[in-house]
Amino acid sequence: MAKRYFEDFAIGEKLPLGTRHVTRAEIIAFAAEFDPQPFHLDERVAGDAMVGGLIASGWHVGAMFMNLLCGGFLVESSSMGSPGIETLKWQRPVRPGDTLTGYSIVIEVRASKSRPEMGIVRFRHEVVNQAGEVVMWLENPILFGRRGAPS
Amino acid sequence: MTAYERITIGDSIVFGAHRFTAEEIKRFAVAYDPQPFHTDEAAAAASHFGALCASGWHTSAVMMRLFVKYFASEIERTKARGEPAPQLGPSPGFDDLKWLKPVYAGDEIAFSGTIIAKRESRSRPGWGIVSIETTGVNQKGEPVFAYTGHVFAAMAEKT
Repeated sequence: MAKRYFEDFAIGEKLPLGTRHVTRAEIIAFAAEFDPQPFHLDERVAGDAMVGGLIASGWHVGAMFMNLLCGGFLVESSSMGSPGIETLKWQRPVRPGDTLTGYSIVIEVRASKSRPEMGIVRFRHEVVNQAGEVVMWLENPILFGRRGAPS
Repeated sequence: MTAYERITIGDSIVFGAHRFTAEEIKRFAVAYDPQPFHTDEAAAAASHFGALCASGWHTSAVMMRLFVKYFASEIERTKARGEPAPQLGPSPGFDDLKWLKPVYAGDEIAFSGTIIAKRESRSRPGWGIVSIETTGVNQKGEPVFAYTGHVFAAMAEKT
């Protein structure tokens, strides 16, 4: 795959993300380190909350999305990181045994006025489970180096 | 932060602080965000960041860990006062997350929050939704992280 630069993104383009299987062990390991709430750690107590069984931490879903984005196109690009996320919605729970994939839609492309070596691409990203349901979506800008600019 | 009814807009919360090591920055990045400026000191030094820095998702996850730790201590304090323990549900999402400056290896980030809104859930009877404006500041006093999180909080008749 050719390396993607700022100039290679077009509004409306839909870029596929990678695919990832979600295991119970990974859900619990992430939660134990970063989000040790009962409904992320243990099926027996997870039923007490409104979530109805063990679910992945939303931040774990975000981190897995980042990995899908890296595998989809970001590692093979001139990415210079991101200043943030405008909105993120956790729409549906992610559970052990789910398989996640998704896509990133380009919604805005603009050159940086102050930094000619880079440009800003805004995306709507959607993470989808094996049933085709959107489990999480977010909109955010990512900075990309321009073709021919010193890296 | 207590049961939904007792939460007051303007309340402030100190989550705590965390020092990010190079080892944990690389371990998180290899698992979830393998961009060279998060996984390799030499590649990071050659990048526009200038040195190894944490994935923004790593910074966010550490913020969550400190919030959960704070909330566990709040449950204990509430029980000690003889009040019903507060209960949180999941989060429907967040707005305006900003990675304002890189979090470099060795940086210590202190997180805190302010309650900026609360409302009763229309779809989930017995639950309210609380919005917390959260910031992370490094050891030089520079803001590096900000976001407004929303979380379900149980109302008293549920606790």
